[in-house]
Amino acid sequence: MSDKIVVKNLSKIFGKNPGKAVKALREGISKDEVLREQGQMVGVYDVSFTVKSSEIFVLMGLSGSGKSTLQRLINRLHEPTCGEILIDGKDITKLNRKELREFRRKKFCGMVFQNFAILPHRTVLENVELGLEIQGIEFQKRRQRAKEMIRVVGLEGTENSYPDELSGGMQQRVGLARGLAVDADIMLMDEAFSALDPLIRRQMQDELLELHQKMQKTIIFVTHDLDEAFRLGDRIAIMNDGRIIQTGTAEEIISSPANDYVKAFVEDLNRSNVLTAGSIMQPVVETAFLGDGPRTIQRKMRKKGLSGILVTDTGRHIRGYIRADELAEFIKKHGDIERIPFDNTLLHEAAIIREDTPLNEIINMYAGHKFGPFAVTDTESRLKGVIVRGAIIAALSETGRDDFGNGKDFK
Amino acid sequence: MFPYRVPLDEWITRLVSIMETRFGGFFEGFSSVVSFLVTVLKDGMLFLHPLLLIVVISAVTWYMAGWRNSIIAFLGLLLTENIGLWVAFVETLALVLTAEILVILFGIPLGIWAARSNRCNAVIRPVLDFMQTMPAFVYLIPAVMFFGLGLVPGVVATFVFALPPLIRLTNLGIRQVPSELVEAADAFGATGMQKLVKVQIPVAKPTILAGVNQSIMLGLSMVVIAAMIGAGGLGEDVLRGIQRLQVGQGFEAGLVVVVLAVILDRITAGFGQRRSYNGPGGAS
Repeated sequence: MSDKIVVKNLSKIFGKNPGKAVKALREGISKDEVLREQGQMVGVYDVSFTVKSSEIFVLMGLSGSGKSTLQRLINRLHEPTCGEILIDGKDITKLNRKELREFRRKKFCGMVFQNFAILPHRTVLENVELGLEIQGIEFQKRRQRAKEMIRVVGLEGTENSYPDELSGGMQQRVGLARGLAVDADIMLMDEAFSALDPLIRRQMQDELLELHQKMQKTIIFVTHDLDEAFRLGDRIAIMNDGRIIQTGTAEEIISSPANDYVKAFVEDLNRSNVLTAGSIMQPVVETAFLGDGPRTIQRKMRKKGLSGILVTDTGRHIRGYIRADELAEFIKKHGDIERIPFDNTLLHEAAIIREDTPLNEIINMYAGHKFGPFAVTDTESRLKGVIVRGAIIAALSETGRDDFGNGKDFK
Repeated sequence: MFPYRVPLDEWITRLVSIMETRFGGFFEGFSSVVSFLVTVLKDGMLFLHPLLLIVVISAVTWYMAGWRNSIIAFLGLLLTENIGLWVAFVETLALVLTAEILVILFGIPLGIWAARSNRCNAVIRPVLDFMQTMPAFVYLIPAVMFFGLGLVPGVVATFVFALPPLIRLTNLGIRQVPSELVEAADAFGATGMQKLVKVQIPVAKPTILAGVNQSIMLGLSMVVIAAMIGAGGLGEDVLRGIQRLQVGQGFEAGLVVVVLAVILDRITAGFGQRRSYNGPGGAS
């Protein structure tokens, strides 16, 4: 994946003499002191990070941490005080107003806001058209595109309704459709789901992930909700006091928090100590047997759409794990044979955990584990279920949901 | 207390006379435009049979404000015709409408400008304060000096009096557009004009129309005062009633002013509640 957005030493000071504030900050004076002595507000200070193409990058922090400011710097709704923002290699801090407008039209989808920010005087259809209209796209074309997007977000039939006739969730879909209607590849979402009630929020998160799968936009998502950050983010940047404290995947942040601040956050997700493998495992869809031939195994995987499969003996004891891509390679090379060879070229050692293993231990194990699900066994070492990567994060993010057994007792 | 008195009155008088000589041409041109507008409106309305115009106005009221208001308008207008104040009514309506056209022409752009530029706002605000608090009679003197007696200074005085609320409410309405809405347009790469036309003005529309409504109401309250400089219309009948102590006649004319005020108020208030500029309907 290539680098889409590279931010280098970016700062934003709100005040009359930003240079003075930056100088003070360089000398190690704190943000609060700058505010007290100079009356200048430090929004973001000396932030650097990279967003890769087609990833969901979450800026997570409490209110006042500078996350929304940082996001608005990226499309220059706020003017940066100093630093560089490279988008596809181009430094956008150097663009003049006209160039900036062109750049926004070309590179950015519409922003999605917490309070939806859709226009009350326009119908759903007209709202979705806004971005295309601003780009000067002709009527027929933009109508068609808008209708398509309305279908994508599941709002068919509401084209001619006005926003105040829609529920919050539906209004946010309008916002999403409006953002997506523009054919660009960076999408900025500012607390987009924070105003929705929890059930709708989760549903919207799932739909966003699904849409992201299909459309492969680069998304920068701002949120104050760690659960949401972990559910959505490929990578997460945790912010405090205008700085980024830690950037990493959910697993990295949970397993090795950068400092006490992050630790305190993560400890809120203490469910990891009480949930066990058994409570989050999923039923095994399909297994291969030691006696199966390569083609049979391949067929089993294809039928269920699996990228890998666990191999057991007749007593349900786990013997290994086979990857679909390697199996295909193997068949190409050797053709079909009666049974798979019992060595390490094809049959990998499976990661096995017992069903009473606590979740935080699983996370630590995950760091060293390259591929494949965890096989969960009972005390007799018989296969009971599997845990896939997503399930761990999901379990950590769940707040009292019923379908995770023990999970509902802990919030 | 002081041996010296600031000759403020002299200065103002001199300023007015300088303006009169320097800008005489401008005032004359302006005057002819205004009197043309008023005359066209007045003659146009008087050309129609009163009953026809009554029906038309009632129909517009029905369309904009519902049948209840329409019935009030219809009965009120019939009464006006019946007591012989129809011509005065039309004259006043023409005067108010002309003033209002000018108010909208100047007020909305100035309000938008004030909303977009803090500097402009800082200049305009004290001027508006001055215009609103200065006793209305005081406008009449320079208005007469620049435009003579008659309809035109009446329109100008009404214009000056009715302009501030529209500027203020346009300014307020645009400043109150939620910042996220403007940011949404900005993020799409909108130009200043696109933001204004597609987001700010439509969202601020109810507030701007409340400003139009307020300025019409203020304009009507100026009607009687304008009659003192010969603007004619209902104000003249009210004045005559006062001068001759004919309570009944004065009251009649006053009542017709109220009828006109109610009709104009309901119609313009109806505008503010509509959903879009184009066409009838809307779910409201």
